[in-house]
Amino acid sequence: MVNIVVQISKYIIIILMAAYTFSCFSIFTRNYEDEERRVLIRQNVLMFLLQFAAFGAMYLAADDIRIMFIYAALAVTLLAVILLYNLIYPNVSRLVVNNMCMLINAGMIMITRLSSDNASPYGSAVRQMIFVVLGIVFGLTVPVLIRKLKVLENWTYIYAGVGGAALLIVAVFAVSSGGAKLSFDLGPISIQPSEFVKILFVFFVASSLKKSVEFKNIVVTTAVAAGHVLILVLSTDLGAALIFFVVYLIMLYVATRQPLYALAGIAAGVLAAVIGYHLFSHIQVRVQAWQDPFAAYSGGGYQLAQSLFAIGTGSWFGTGLFQGQPDMIPVAETDFIFSAITEEMGVIYALCLILICVSCYVMFLNIAMELRDPFYKLIALGLGTCYIFQVFLQIGGVTKFIPSTGVTLPLVSYGGSSLLSTMIMFGIIQGLYIIREDEEEERIERKRERELRNEPRKTNRKNTAKTRPRFEEVPKQRTRRKQRVR
Amino acid sequence: MTYFFVILFIALIAYVIYFTVVRARTVVNSPYNQRQDSFAETVVRGDIVDRNGNVLATTTVGDDGSETRSYPYGNVFSHVVGYSDSDLGNTGLESVENFELLTSNAFFLEKLQNQFTDSKNRGDTVVTTLDAELQQASYDALGDNRGAVVVMEASTGKILSMVSKPDYNPNTILSDWSTLNSDEDNSPLLNRATQGSYAPGSTFKIVTTLAFMRQNSNYGNYTYDCIGEITTGDTTIHCFDGTAHGYEDLRSSIANSCNSSFANIGTLLDIDGYRDTAEDLLFNSDLPSVLGYTKSSFALTSDSGEAEIMMTAMGQGKTTVSPYHMALITQAIANGGTLMEPYLVDSVTNYTGTEIRRNVPKSYRRLMTSDEAAQLKEYMAAVVEEGTGSVLSGASYSAAGKTGTAEYSMSDGEKTHSWFMGFTNVDNPELVISVITEGSDGSASGKAVSIARQILDSYYD
Repeated sequence: MVNIVVQISKYIIIILMAAYTFSCFSIFTRNYEDEERRVLIRQNVLMFLLQFAAFGAMYLAADDIRIMFIYAALAVTLLAVILLYNLIYPNVSRLVVNNMCMLINAGMIMITRLSSDNASPYGSAVRQMIFVVLGIVFGLTVPVLIRKLKVLENWTYIYAGVGGAALLIVAVFAVSSGGAKLSFDLGPISIQPSEFVKILFVFFVASSLKKSVEFKNIVVTTAVAAGHVLILVLSTDLGAALIFFVVYLIMLYVATRQPLYALAGIAAGVLAAVIGYHLFSHIQVRVQAWQDPFAAYSGGGYQLAQSLFAIGTGSWFGTGLFQGQPDMIPVAETDFIFSAITEEMGVIYALCLILICVSCYVMFLNIAMELRDPFYKLIALGLGTCYIFQVFLQIGGVTKFIPSTGVTLPLVSYGGSSLLSTMIMFGIIQGLYIIREDEEEERIERKRERELRNEPRKTNRKNTAKTRPRFEEVPKQRTRRKQRVR
Repeated sequence: MTYFFVILFIALIAYVIYFTVVRARTVVNSPYNQRQDSFAETVVRGDIVDRNGNVLATTTVGDDGSETRSYPYGNVFSHVVGYSDSDLGNTGLESVENFELLTSNAFFLEKLQNQFTDSKNRGDTVVTTLDAELQQASYDALGDNRGAVVVMEASTGKILSMVSKPDYNPNTILSDWSTLNSDEDNSPLLNRATQGSYAPGSTFKIVTTLAFMRQNSNYGNYTYDCIGEITTGDTTIHCFDGTAHGYEDLRSSIANSCNSSFANIGTLLDIDGYRDTAEDLLFNSDLPSVLGYTKSSFALTSDSGEAEIMMTAMGQGKTTVSPYHMALITQAIANGGTLMEPYLVDSVTNYTGTEIRRNVPKSYRRLMTSDEAAQLKEYMAAVVEEGTGSVLSGASYSAAGKTGTAEYSMSDGEKTHSWFMGFTNVDNPELVISVITEGSDGSASGKAVSIARQILDSYYD
């Protein structure tokens, strides 16, 4: 009987998820503010219904009251996030807030499910819950800092210095502990610095490239960036190294518009990959496991094989919560959470999850495109790239689309550092969104003044052309263009 | 640049869909997947039946809910159907089709009812391409010999019969296990049809012939005068029983299975080209097979000595091959050069017989041109008409093939394997057959071809 409820809830969850995902993209076609607001509120309703269906099914299946406590805590927290953002920052992108909550929600459902087998049952779900609350505190503070702190763009080498030092400490630490240890312990919590250094790195590149795109400065910036990547490679954090590399390449290209730099970068990347492959045996193991995880089953293919079994068993609709065996996948809560989700909630649900991540990225790009200040623009672009590329590496890795690099799925995977850093990233981008609204307002203000003074518009148009964002066109989607009249 | 990630993600999503639609079934079927075992908690393992619906494996549920897997044909299907045991695991089709057998596509209302009453669903039925009558005939014809038989439908690649001996009884596998598993002299658990690794003997002369044809466009003019032996350097190769075959062309060299002539051909071959031909015929490479198999090996390189080259050309040397692989080569020749992918599962139905999925014949690869296949076909017909395969002439069906006798030394003296590969209904090939009997005392010439005749007679009568 319980099983029937679980099975029915499975389909309900998929329908809710699909409806939510659809609205993530349909919202870009809405033309009026009140229409848009209706969609956003509907998204919230869908999310809470989904949450109820999932936690209700889990409670019935596992018959453990602790699941309901976690449910209550999560529901209250997410409701608070939505209300607080509304209250404190009426101008942020509500779509990004909703998506952030949806991803955290999807992660918490699976972490709750998986942690039922923990040594202390639901231990990691509770810990993750604490980090969600912490992350929200950061997420709510960061936007105002970004908006007020005008000196952020001058700290170029502070970013590089602090970030580089943190990575170096980990590298030394990792080498002394036999490699592959990417975190260090501070009392009861362990911190993975590379998650936070990503943000510093983007700030460093943005501020440096804003100052100058002269050849000399680019050489210096590239050298510092290469230093970051090299340290990461030496501490065997290949996933992070790859993310830093791609983020830098894209930021450089957008800042300079020089295809030559991009080509040189890609060539250097390919060369480095080939050298790395021959130099490091653990890269070869990963590649072999990717080529044929079953042939290399006992030699590194085990994890990927288990991941594929999970995805294959789940198929389109999944087995239903608590009906599969995602606990057979190693590190299911962190690196392989996508496979665990797919097994029990189905491929359709999982594809929706991917699309929600893409929706976030589209919104980030929209924000980047509309920002005028090159520093902020580069930051929005860099952080957006950082986010979406990590999602790609993660999901591509666990589905055997590309060799796995061992990164986490932002906001979904278990892990405090990953969750906090991603929420800070989202906070920064929300801050930039507010800045964009300010810019917009200023422009309207100036325009009105001009009209009052009856200034000819010609000169102005020329200026706009010059300072127009030097971005390629993204698909035409609407960001919120609020005409405020004061 | 903006579209870069959008394209990446479209590719990723397309890949995930592809994986779910196409790859997932194969992956989940992997014997490494322990998830399958848990399916048994909600599903009663389905049946395996032959092409006419004869039950080869079934599960009966006792009044107390205990489940027993039984195999009505006993030893006859032991290797190809395999066994399924909770302690010993699964082999053969029981292993390959484990996922299907433990998946229930019963009518959904019935499944819903089972949910409510907490009863198990009945797993799907695997309908094989095997023909119980032909399998029984192959089993009987092989008699007490050690060896294997593979019979395939030429035009489709359907495997009709696959026998390996010594065998075992899957009904009593658990109690017999320690005896069977420790019997290293007979290794009864080994499926010799696909996993046996034998010297091909004279059947390999087909490969040598193809290499020679490819390297000499005027192969029709080849002549050789056989005096019953050939000596090059300090190696002497004898014809079977020392028979001097006299003046021969390529056709009569094959029909007579003349060792001296083929050793001579070996010395004329470009070895790299020879190896390319062997590898075109899937030596040293993967074979299309759902069951576990041993790769065949062709070891000659341009550094190999004259003696080894001559030995290899007539089918001795270091070359090894499985009876299954020989059936594949024969099938490609019968099909005008194209190998049809062999398969064992015709369809999967739910337990009431409603079809869920059907396999259709598909070509695997072209192994040789149609001209080459036609020429080899003609030579193989000559073997039956006027050569070493004459046992098969005068039947109600026409046949073509190649016999073989592979010698090997054991502690108790010289022994021989007897081989036959061939097909029936030469103008429009129908059945492909490959037979090997192991380790006779030298007098085994023609044993395999006689067994083939017996099997084919029973099929056509």
